[in-house]
Amino acid sequence: MSTKPKLYYFNGRGKMESIRWLLAAAGVEFEEEFLETRDQYEKLLQGGSLLFQQVPMVEIDGMRMVQTRAILSYIAAKYNLYGKDLKERALIDMYVGGTDDLMGFILMFPFLSTEDKEKQRVLIVQKATSRYFPVYEKVLKDHGQDFLVGNNFSWADVHLLEAILMVEEKKSDVLSGFPQLQAFKARISSIPTIKKFLEPGSQRKPVPDDKYVETVRRVLRMYYDVKAN
Amino acid sequence: MSGKPRLTYLNGRGRMESIRWLLGAAGVEFEEVYLETKEQYEKLIKDGFLLFQQVPLVEIDGMKMVQTRAIMSYIAGKHNLYGKDLKERALIDMYVEGISDLMQMILMFPFSPPDAKEKNLESIKERATNRYFPVFEKVLKQHGQDFLVGNKFSWADVQLMEAILAVEEKVPDVLSGFPQLQVFKSKMSNMPTIKKFLQPGSPRKPPPDAHYVETVLKIFKK
Repeated sequence: MSTKPKLYYFNGRGKMESIRWLLAAAGVEFEEEFLETRDQYEKLLQGGSLLFQQVPMVEIDGMRMVQTRAILSYIAAKYNLYGKDLKERALIDMYVGGTDDLMGFILMFPFLSTEDKEKQRVLIVQKATSRYFPVYEKVLKDHGQDFLVGNNFSWADVHLLEAILMVEEKKSDVLSGFPQLQAFKARISSIPTIKKFLEPGSQRKPVPDDKYVETVRRVLRMYYDVKAN
Repeated sequence: MSGKPRLTYLNGRGRMESIRWLLGAAGVEFEEVYLETKEQYEKLIKDGFLLFQQVPLVEIDGMKMVQTRAIMSYIAGKHNLYGKDLKERALIDMYVEGISDLMQMILMFPFSPPDAKEKNLESIKERATNRYFPVFEKVLKQHGQDFLVGNKFSWADVQLMEAILAVEEKVPDVLSGFPQLQVFKSKMSNMPTIKKFLQPGSPRKPPPDAHYVETVLKIFKK
């Protein structure tokens, strides 16, 4: 039996992507099982693998972990990406909370109607540039260090890079007013584990397309309309 | 300056209530500042108190903490309510996150349009009885201990207790199929700090009413 973590999710980003990023940043190899049919999902349910009947699910260290935030916290702590004490952890948690909220606007994007997509794109850019990016720009400017917290690479840095790249996919020049974030992006992208994850052939997933949306809807029987924020 | 944590939020449950519960359960006294006007909120933002321009805000140990989960993780960690090791913390996190999904439905309920209220209430009942409560019923039955994780009182127990009471306010007989949870509820209610928090005059807030909804919309709606 492999001791590598095993990820159960659709073959696409969704809520699992942040977990892929964090494992990759930590240099941890992992396996993936992709949900493609309703039957597969029902089999997982019946087998009792999904505590709250949901994915993401990650088999790691003898546990079947669910709940994205719980999984990410465990990985961060295990691989020393969670600060050196309670106060650094508090800062990391706050920063990750912010980038999580920002990425939440993007998570539902593929499931919106064409008309709502355009409104949502505007909203994503507005939130990024007026609420979230200025915070991290200021943090980096104020302490002048390479990393967000404690002068040490952490989960917060990985999560912010992921968020930056995702927003850039919606508006490529979104970092134009944020010189610190531009430098941050370049720096973090060149960390060996991250650089590897950003190369073609890695387990990073592409921007969700119609096929992905269709698969999720089919497997979860989620046929209702998703409303924009 | 007081050494007590200071909470800034509306005078109502919302996202702050779980924090009040956790501080209450930990036996930590705290102060509260209530947002009543848009001007107050805008001043907080202007003065740099709200990292992402949002409340809850908890001033604690020299930090201006925002983001509900971050705040609760800090409190749990500080007051030994977060298990003894990484694996217990993982369990507590899983349980708390699951309950939080259920609580989110209750949080949003007062803001649903009138024609969606019945459907949303039905969803809360369905999720509580088919997805969430069965999990904790089984956990308690399997290990036969008083507390959810590691035979010790933790954040997960507090969060579950809060959720049980919140759902019961909407669905009074919701625990009828869950004998373990009934016993759990009773045991939690008798823990000194929780017993105190459940008494009149405590910082616990009543269920949201029309005035609360109105205040939220007045302060936050653009």
